[in-house]
Parts: sequence; C-alpha cells; structure tokens
Amino acid sequence: MTTQILDRPDSTGQATGEEQVLVTLTVADQLCGVPVLAVRDILGEQTITRIPLAPPEIAGSLNLRGRIVTAIDLRRRLHLPPAPAEQPRMSVVAEQGGELYALLVDQVAEVMSLEASLFERNPPTLAKNWAAFSTGIFRLDGRLLVMLDVSRLLALGEKG
Amino acid sequence: MDDLLADFLTETNESLAELDIALVTLERTPDDAETLSGIFRLVHTIKGTCGFLGLPRLERVAHAGENVLGKLRDRTLAVTPAIVSLVLAAIDRIKAIVAALAATGAEPPGDDSELINALNATAASEPPPAKPAAPAAARPSEAAVIPSKPAPAAAPPAAREPAPSAPPPAAPMAGTPAPAAEPLSPPPAETPDAPSAASGTAPASAPQAAQTIRVTVDVLEDLMTLVSELVLTRNQLLQLARTQENSPFTVPLQRLSHITSDLQEGVMKTRMQPIGNAWNKLPRLVRDLSHEMGKKIQLTMLGADTELDRQVLEMIKDPLTHMVRNSGDHGLETPAERRAAGKPESGAIVLNAFHEGGHIILEISDDGRGLSVDRIRAKALANGLATEAELAAMTEGQVQRFIFRPGFSTATTVTAVSGRGVGMDVVKTNIEKIGGTIDLKSTPGQGTMFTVKIPLTLAIVSALIVEASRERFAIPQISVVELVRARRDGAAADGESVIERINDTPVLRLRNRLLPLVSLTELLELGAAQTDDTAAHIVVAQVGQYLMGIIVDRVFDTEEIVVKPVAPILRNVTMFSGNTILGDGSVIMILDPNGIARGTGVGAGSESRLMQSARVDTQSSADKTAMLLFHAGGSQRMAVPLGLVARLEDIPRESIELSCGSPVTQYRGKLMPLIAIDGSGAQDRPTQPLLVFADGERIMGLMVDEIIDVVEDRLDIELAGARPGLLGSAVIGGQATDVLDTGYWLTLAWEDWFRNVPRRGATIGQKHVLMVDDSDFFRQLMVPTLGAAGFRVTAVGSAAEALRLRDAGTRFDAIISDIEMPGMDGLAFARAVRAGGAWADLPMIALTAHADDQHVEAGRDAGFTDYVAKFERDAVAASLRANLAQLVPA
Repeated sequence: MTTQILDRPDSTGQATGEEQVLVTLTVADQLCGVPVLAVRDILGEQTITRIPLAPPEIAGSLNLRGRIVTAIDLRRRLHLPPAPAEQPRMSVVAEQGGELYALLVDQVAEVMSLEASLFERNPPTLAKNWAAFSTGIFRLDGRLLVMLDVSRLLALGEKG
Repeated sequence: MDDLLADFLTETNESLAELDIALVTLERTPDDAETLSGIFRLVHTIKGTCGFLGLPRLERVAHAGENVLGKLRDRTLAVTPAIVSLVLAAIDRIKAIVAALAATGAEPPGDDSELINALNATAASEPPPAKPAAPAAARPSEAAVIPSKPAPAAAPPAAREPAPSAPPPAAPMAGTPAPAAEPLSPPPAETPDAPSAASGTAPASAPQAAQTIRVTVDVLEDLMTLVSELVLTRNQLLQLARTQENSPFTVPLQRLSHITSDLQEGVMKTRMQPIGNAWNKLPRLVRDLSHEMGKKIQLTMLGADTELDRQVLEMIKDPLTHMVRNSGDHGLETPAERRAAGKPESGAIVLNAFHEGGHIILEISDDGRGLSVDRIRAKALANGLATEAELAAMTEGQVQRFIFRPGFSTATTVTAVSGRGVGMDVVKTNIEKIGGTIDLKSTPGQGTMFTVKIPLTLAIVSALIVEASRERFAIPQISVVELVRARRDGAAADGESVIERINDTPVLRLRNRLLPLVSLTELLELGAAQTDDTAAHIVVAQVGQYLMGIIVDRVFDTEEIVVKPVAPILRNVTMFSGNTILGDGSVIMILDPNGIARGTGVGAGSESRLMQSARVDTQSSADKTAMLLFHAGGSQRMAVPLGLVARLEDIPRESIELSCGSPVTQYRGKLMPLIAIDGSGAQDRPTQPLLVFADGERIMGLMVDEIIDVVEDRLDIELAGARPGLLGSAVIGGQATDVLDTGYWLTLAWEDWFRNVPRRGATIGQKHVLMVDDSDFFRQLMVPTLGAAGFRVTAVGSAAEALRLRDAGTRFDAIISDIEMPGMDGLAFARAVRAGGAWADLPMIALTAHADDQHVEAGRDAGFTDYVAKFERDAVAASLRANLAQLVPA
C-alpha cells in the first residue's frame, strides 16, 4: 500500500498524492470498493420482504429505522452465481435520487484510505459484466480491488 | 419587497377566485347591491395595492374595471351580460398579469389599451334616455328588498343578546325605517351602500382575519410525514408491548397511543379543505359554456363544505372540471331540443358531495340526453374494442362503461357520437390513481350521473392484511366487499363454497352468479409453495362496476397503514400501489386491485363474462346488517345483530356464582344473571365468553362457547325457527347460521323484561301501530317488542301492501316504516301517505341504519315525524309514545 511507483500517473485523471477513502467489500470472493461518502449505512443480516414481479436483481425491501429501502442483490446485478442459501449477507446502503437502496454483498471488510496513484483504468479485457459497473482498479498488496460505480449499479430501469 | 409581493399575489389570487363567483352571481341577480359592492371592493383593493407596489399595468386595468363597476354600483349603468363579460375579460387580464408576475417577479410587457378603452367607453356611455326610468324603477324595488334583508337578520340578535352585536346592526336598523318613510327620494339608493361600505373597511373582515394564520403547505406536509412515522412507531411499540405481560410500559404506552391518535387527527384536520374550493371555478366555467353553446344551464352545488384532504382535493380538481364541462357541453341539449323533449329549457347540472364511511362520494349529474348505447356500441365495434357477439351479450351499463376506455377518447368524432368520452379514460385513471372509483348511470332522455368515490385522505388508509404462499400483502379496505371461505377443490357439499374451474380458470359460485377468481400466488408468480390447507379465502374486491375474487391462503386483521410510494425501479409493476411498514416492523407491499384487474383483463378486455355487480350491490348494501357470529350449544354457528348486543365480555370462570340455583356474576357493581344456550359454557376453559344485553337497569349475560367475528351481510331468514330461542336460519358469510331470538333469552333471564314496559306506558291504551319493513327478521323482532310495550302492531313487508291496507280502510294510530325497501322506499311511502287519504295526519316514524343529518332531513322532507336508528328498541317505543302523546291534546 505504500508503493510509490509513479506508473502512468495520468491514468486516473486525479492528482497524485491524493487519497481516496473506500469501504471495501467482497462479492463472490472478489474484493471491491465503494467511495465512503456514497455509503449511508452498513447493515448486518436483515429481514427482506420479497417483491413479486420485480426485476431479478431486486432482492426485496427492508425496513431501515422506519424508511423502506429497496435491496439490490449485487451478485445478480453483476451476473454472478447466486450466493449459497445459508450464507449471511450484509448490506451497504446508498442514496440515489432521494431513495435509499441497499446493496447486498457477501461481506463488508474495512474502511481503507488509498493513494490515488494506485488507481488504474479498467483493463480493456475485463469481462463486460464487471466493466459496466467498475470505474477502475486499485492495485493493493497481493490483491486487486475493483472500484464500483454506485450510481451505475443503482440505475436499474435504464438497462445500464 | 419580495415578501410584500408574495403576500400580494396570494391575496389577489384569492380575491380573483371570489370575483369569478361574485360576477356570475351578479349576472343572475343584477339588483343584488351587496354582491355588487363586494365586487367593487375587491377590484378596488387590487387597484390600490398595485399602485402601492408600483405595478402600473395591473393598476391601469384594475382602474378601468373599477370605473365600470363604480357606475354599476351607482346605478348609472344597468347590469347586462355584455358588461359582465367585459368585466370578466378585465379580470382575466388581471389574472394573466398576476400569473406572469408570480412566475417572473415582474409585470409582463403588453398592451391593454384596447381593453381599457372598451371599459372606459362603457363607463363613459351615457345611459340611454329610457335608462333614468329604469334605475328609478329599480331603486324602489331595491329599497324594498335590500333593507328588508338586514332587518330580520339584525332583529333577532338585537332582541336576544343586545350587548355584543348591537352596534353593527344598529346602522342598517336605523337606516331601514328612513327609506321606508320616503321611498322615492335619492337617499334610499345610498342606504344599501352605506352598511356594505362600512363593512368593507373593518367589521366584516376583521373577525375572519383574526382567527387564521397562513402556514406554507410544506410545513403541513412535513408535519404529516412526521405524524405518519409516529403512527408507525406507535404501532410497533404496541405490538412489542402486547408480547409482554405486566410491562410497566403498558400504561404510558396507552397514553402515548391516545395522544398520537389525537395528534394524527389534528394534523389531518389542518390538511382538510372544503370541497367547495375545488368547485370555485365551476360557476364561471358553466357560465362561459352556456354563453358559447347557447344553452341555459343551472349549476347546483350541494355539500360544498364537505371536507377532504388537500392532496386529494388537488388531484380531483381537474377530473371534476372535465366532467362538468362534458355534462354542459355534450350531456345537456339546446333549449330547443329540450323544449321538444318536454323538459324545462334550462338544463341542470348538480354536484353533490357527502361523506360515506371514510370516503367522499361525489355525484355529478345532469338532466340531459343521456348516453346513447347504440352509438357507443357502434363506436366500440368500429374501434375494434369488442366483437359484435361480445357486445350483444353486454348489458347497457357495460356498454356505457366503454366511455372510460382509452381507445374511445382519442377520436374527435366521439363528441358527435355520444357526447361523453373525450378524456374520460384520463378522468378514470386519475381517480383510480388516488384509490378512488368512478361509476356511471345513464338513462336515455333523462340524463347521466357519474358517481366518484374517493378516500378522505391518501396518507393513512385502512387495509386488510392477507397471506399467499407465506408472504403477506395489504389490500386497501376501500375495494374489499366481502370475504368468502371456500374449499380449493372437491364437490360442493353442505352449502360450503368450492372453487370450480373452467378450463383452468378458477371461478366461484356466489349467490347464483359466477365470480371470476385470480390466485394471488399465480398472479404474483410466488412459486408453488401452496399450503396443504384445502380451504382458501377469497377476498371479493370491487373494481369499478365489477367484482372479482382474489384467492389467498389466509386473512389476518385490518390495520391502519401509512402508504409509501414504491421505489422508482418498481413503478412499472402495476400490481402494487405502494408499500408500508407494519406494526411488527416488516415491510409489506400494498396490492392495487385496479392494477390487478388491468393485469388480468377483469373490467377491461373481457367484460362480457363478468358479473355486473352494481345493481346487486346497491340493493344488498342497503339492507346489510352487522352481525356478530359466535359458536354456542356445541359447535353450532349462530348470529345476532350486533346492534342488539351491549358489550362482549370474557369473564374468569371462577367469578361465576350461583344464586338461587341460577348462575350469576358480579358485573359493574351489580349481579348479572347468566343464561347458557343449550348447555353452552363448557367447563374446560378458564374463561367464559359472554354477550351482554342491556336494557335500562337490566343487564343479562348470554354464555356462548366462542365469539367468532363480526360480519356485514344481508339477513334473510330462510328457515323459520323450529326451536325456541332461535328465529331461524340464514346464510351469513356463505354459511348456514342460526339467528338468535334475543327476546326469548331476555325473558328467560328477567321474566318481567318486557312486562315492565306496559306498566310504565299503561296510560297509552291499546294504540294500533302499522309497521312496514321488508326484513322478516326485523318484523319478528319488533312485533313482540312493541306488543310488549303496549301497542297493537300490524306488520307488513312492503309499502305497497301498506297502501293497500289504507285503501281498504284500516285505521291506525301511528306508522313505523323502514327507509330502504325494494320497490317503493320509505321516503316515497311517506310522501304517498302525506299526499292524502285517511292516514295523512298520522305520526310517521322512520327506521333506518343511516341516522345522520342528511338522511334525517330527507326523511323529514318526505313527511316523517321522527327518525330512529334501527335496533334501538327503546327509542322506537319512546318515539311512539312521544308522538302519540302529542296527538292527545291536539
């Protein structure tokens, strides 16, 4: 995390030396991150009410302190195989257009502060399902972190 | 300055709305000096304020308008439609400028000289030579009319409470004798102005202004949202408290609950507005329409003070305007056509609004030509909305409903075809959007009536919670007609309902009709998690004019829910109208019966195979009775009208004691005798459910096995009672049920239950009373009761039968009649009795389930002497005694 190789500094479009604070999470064993400012809440396992006839990505709705939050299954959204039934799932709550949405993920890990210099654009060969919702990749020690674009994930009706 | 301008705009908009109405009134009653000075004052205020704020264009128009109005007020000009139109044009210009002012904050550029010139020319025009005579003629008549108006109004308060209201009325009072003394001198023309001018400055406006403050709508909306949240939280707390016995929170929680309810009610009230606000524009609209179309239209608005939620009000404004316009435009004929049809030249449009059980009913009716079924049929065929065979099988009502179909509205020729239909689909959609329904009834040559039923408020609704495939859903109570239990398959047996299938389409036989069914599990693709339970519940829902049944696995109770809109992603799922959080904290989807109907073709594509419910429904709802269902005497299902039961109790078994060998219990500081129905009161349970009957000082407890439910159903006793204690059997909620003869059990408990009454009323002697009621049950209940109270009673089942008795010369001392009866109803019966014959002066007492003001008034108008709610046995006897006693001195 402390590597200072100024490899392709222009790749991010951001000034080097700046840090980005991320909430990291895993979905189907892939480490991902979302900007911490986009996150309203982190929730543990929740009771989710199914919504019949809704698009498959919508897991249902849940009650967050009196507000109704629409839950989106991140695995389905990324066209990944569904999670094992018994696996507890966590949610990352984000707001879009005044509505709250919960992204169901396998695990929320930690909050990290990453140097912008570690950021790279998506490799052109990245699978379409990931490329559509990723803004780029952070190179960490031994792992790669996919930066997710929350607004694109939540833009459901628009076939994004 | 901005604040000033905003205030000015708000005030001016209010004034402008008033002006429209006032001017139309003026046109009808040109001599009404009060209205005229009111108009003058409003325009004058607008002019004055614009001058102050520096709005020259507005000021000039207002000034020119004021000049004309001034001349009208001074009677140098007579009120003519042409002048009123001109003034209205000036008002419209002011409105346009004000609208632009509101949008941009500045006066729009423009040239008003033409309008101003026209106004000035009118103002300057010398009255024609004949005119001096006309105002002179108008003056004395006015002097006679106007001063006489304040006089009676002012006199009673002056007489009764001289102190508070004496000073203001003193002026007109003092003025009144003067014009009467010298009627032809100029002063009389001044007198009507003097009080109104005075009221313009202070007295009239001051008391109104002091009681209200302006609050922005946003504040109220926020309050409403907060209260809605509070209600939800309260429900959650109550749910939690229920699971814990003896919690120290119970009492404060109860209090919190009460306060929350009161708060909710209070906040709802702030959002309530009289529906008249939505009608403001209509008189003007109808006036313009009648001028354009050369028709005479009389607009009558009833129930304008009926209140409903602001949000609902906003949403029905446009559909309402549209419907009134349609009625005037297409529904009503031209005067010539009307004369030819033998109707009065002037057509009538009547708006009527009233409350009915948590809803507002709006009726828009006209006495025009009605919908032409043939033309609609032809049009539907031409547009491919239905095949000829389908049309042939439809009833007239079903054909008429085509005007609500989208395909019907676009073609302009529809206007020529049937009149209605332009945008009626939009009207219907808008009304359904707020959870309302629309229906129509049309008789060719006699007119059309649209009935709109809308919820009082959108924020909180009562909903039925159901379950299908282990998932719960809410169905708004407004569309639920009844609940039916049915077996999923198998042969029909013992009167139990069974879901039958026509080529996999489930249907249910319900009172000799086929009810189309949809399975919630299949409709919502919930998967095959069917319960093993062979019984299903069917929620019979009303969608427009049609009924459909929704098959669910279980039915829970009803709950007050706060409707929240669904997330934008889900808006295209039409089956849901929103979602909410229940008391237990879980999220639940709210089903939209209209959406389900659309999704399954009910009421849309295949109307011919659906049962038409409207007729059946109005008929049956009229004599529906709330019944308490219970088990007693083994597992028998029994019922008793809820109105006869004072209270329901569950007492601990050990509190039942024996007194002289009979069971009694201590109840509210007294001994209450207990009676068991055929050995009911099994000893194996710790508590004993009781139905408590009360009559004055006497109370009595009927021991039953289990209290099941309260249902609303028709009460038709089909098998007369073979056993003492039962009136007979009836089908209630789809099952055979024994109906309890309350009188029998009461006499068992208190042998003198009915006997004490004749002693009290012994002075009456044997008065002969005629009782008219179509319900067998009710006649059977009332005849012995009234008999025991000392009256001789003759009971008949219909008004026609009663009139036959009259014509046969039977004499009675009083008449008791039901209101809702098939054939001739109680109101018509009363009118028939009052119209003449031997009974014309008899006291008549109306019996009804609806004892509200409106019905009472209708009853009195028809000729009823008194109005008594059904099942108030005492009240009937008391009213009879009172009315007969009055007759004695007379």
